[in-house]
Amino acid sequence: MNAAIEAEGLKKSFSDHQALKGVDLSVPAGTVLGVLGPNGAGKTTTVRILATLARPDSGRAVVAGYDVLREPREVRRRIGLAGQYAAVDEQLTGRENLVLLGTLLRLGKQGARDRAVELLDRFELTEAADRLTRTYSGGMRRRLDLAACLVSSPPVVFLDEPTTGLDPSSRATLWRMIRDQVASGVTVLLTTQYLEEADVLADRIAVVDHGVVIAEGTPHELKRKVGTEWLEVTVAHSHDVGAALAVLAPMAATPPRETGDGRGVSVRLPDGMGAVATAATALEAARLEIAEFALRRPSLDDVFVHLTGRGNS
Amino acid sequence: MNGVLGDTTALIGRHLLHLRRMPTRILSVTLTPITMVLVLGYMLNKAISVQGGDYLDYMMAGVGAQVALACVGSIAIGTATSLRNGLVDRFRSLPTSRVAILVAHTVSDLGLAAIGISIASVVGVLLGWRPDTGALSIAAGFALLLLFTYVMLWFGVLLGLSIRSPEALGAFSGLVLVCGSFLSNAFVPLDDLPMWLRVLAEWNPISAVSSACRELWGGPASASTGSVVSEHPLATALVMLTVITAVTVPLSCRAYHTAEPR
Repeated sequence: MNAAIEAEGLKKSFSDHQALKGVDLSVPAGTVLGVLGPNGAGKTTTVRILATLARPDSGRAVVAGYDVLREPREVRRRIGLAGQYAAVDEQLTGRENLVLLGTLLRLGKQGARDRAVELLDRFELTEAADRLTRTYSGGMRRRLDLAACLVSSPPVVFLDEPTTGLDPSSRATLWRMIRDQVASGVTVLLTTQYLEEADVLADRIAVVDHGVVIAEGTPHELKRKVGTEWLEVTVAHSHDVGAALAVLAPMAATPPRETGDGRGVSVRLPDGMGAVATAATALEAARLEIAEFALRRPSLDDVFVHLTGRGNS
Repeated sequence: MNGVLGDTTALIGRHLLHLRRMPTRILSVTLTPITMVLVLGYMLNKAISVQGGDYLDYMMAGVGAQVALACVGSIAIGTATSLRNGLVDRFRSLPTSRVAILVAHTVSDLGLAAIGISIASVVGVLLGWRPDTGALSIAAGFALLLLFTYVMLWFGVLLGLSIRSPEALGAFSGLVLVCGSFLSNAFVPLDDLPMWLRVLAEWNPISAVSSACRELWGGPASASTGSVVSEHPLATALVMLTVITAVTVPLSCRAYHTAEPR
């Protein structure tokens, strides 16, 4: 498959620290890559280099078929960028913001106006179209920002932490809108600190930390790195925990352990549904009152802790 | 080239919308010169005497130059702030000419300054300022002031891109305004200054521009010291402005090109 974004060995130092120590990325056309990492991992620097806003000290990158260093103008014709700040002009209305960008993108006067109407509608901003964006809520600004980066219908879009600081419902709305865009075949590189966001939106995830990609794969593959699923059993009465441990021990792949508030037991079973059925039957036979019986899979949070050796706060 | 012009026009439109939404910005460039005209031209008109004419005729050129100086701080702060909010990153990620962004900003602020100079001149006329050198010569004086303002605007852009902290720029722009106005012959003839300071002030571009305007408007001139700048203020001013532009414009464009958000 053709890569819409390809980066090799990107390095970038600022006066006081090395932000990128050799980043390699490849995003096939029409897919979404989630670049996941904590603050200061080098996500924004990577996006700025790919969007031709910064030059790497070494390494090369090709975006939409053009080299970012040799032909930045061609790259700029084919990308949309929504930065971290929701870069909208506060003194203009939502409509004026979009029309201005349309004009700068050479859509022509009428073309720019038509495109603005279309995008305002698609991002549910028609009612607020003629209000100054200064009066917009955080979610509305992000939506306008997203609309702004799509004015020229670019084939490649960079979204730098598109939902940071939003409340859950605005975030869900934005996620839905981003997914709609992806469905239309746009290639997206999205950075995020939220594991859940990467999980929901990305086809593949690159985990970055301290300026290097430390893991890459589909959300599923990454979760598999941490291990397979496990069974979590919660007994109704805490004095039954010992009994539950004893019942589950013979069939466990690794010894079961007590978890949480003293009523839970966590156990890794050999693969297959058979093991789950055996466990359920054995607990039933021991006449233990079970409050919860669930198969758990590792979350991206677990992946993150596993890879970086620390939690993502 | 056509594209660059279109981009510039569109971006100037944006600045005009800003101005319409925040008309108080006009005050920032007009209040000081109007105050100067009133205080110096009306209250102190008789207290300060210049050879060969009325003080009002002397200081009007200085007031014009001061509008230009006031623009330095305001565009410097504007440039520095715009780099902070990410909007500039959006513009720079477009295939739009980056020079167009700076040209639009400076041209819009030039319009603002023109309003400032006009209002100050009207106040001057109300107080009795009557340049009598003919329409062409008077217009040339105003044209020189606008040219000077435009050069100062690029200087302000460079300042904003170099210093970057709006707080520091706020303090610095006060310095530019005071030192520029008073380390020159804009408001007071240089005759009584100590020699070293006098040479410094005489070669201040603001002095050259003010002297040239006075020449064009028929105001009382500073006593000649025999130096090139006092003999040929207009030519010297034009050379100085050309040199400043040749330095500030390329440097500003380069700084803008590589500016990282902080």
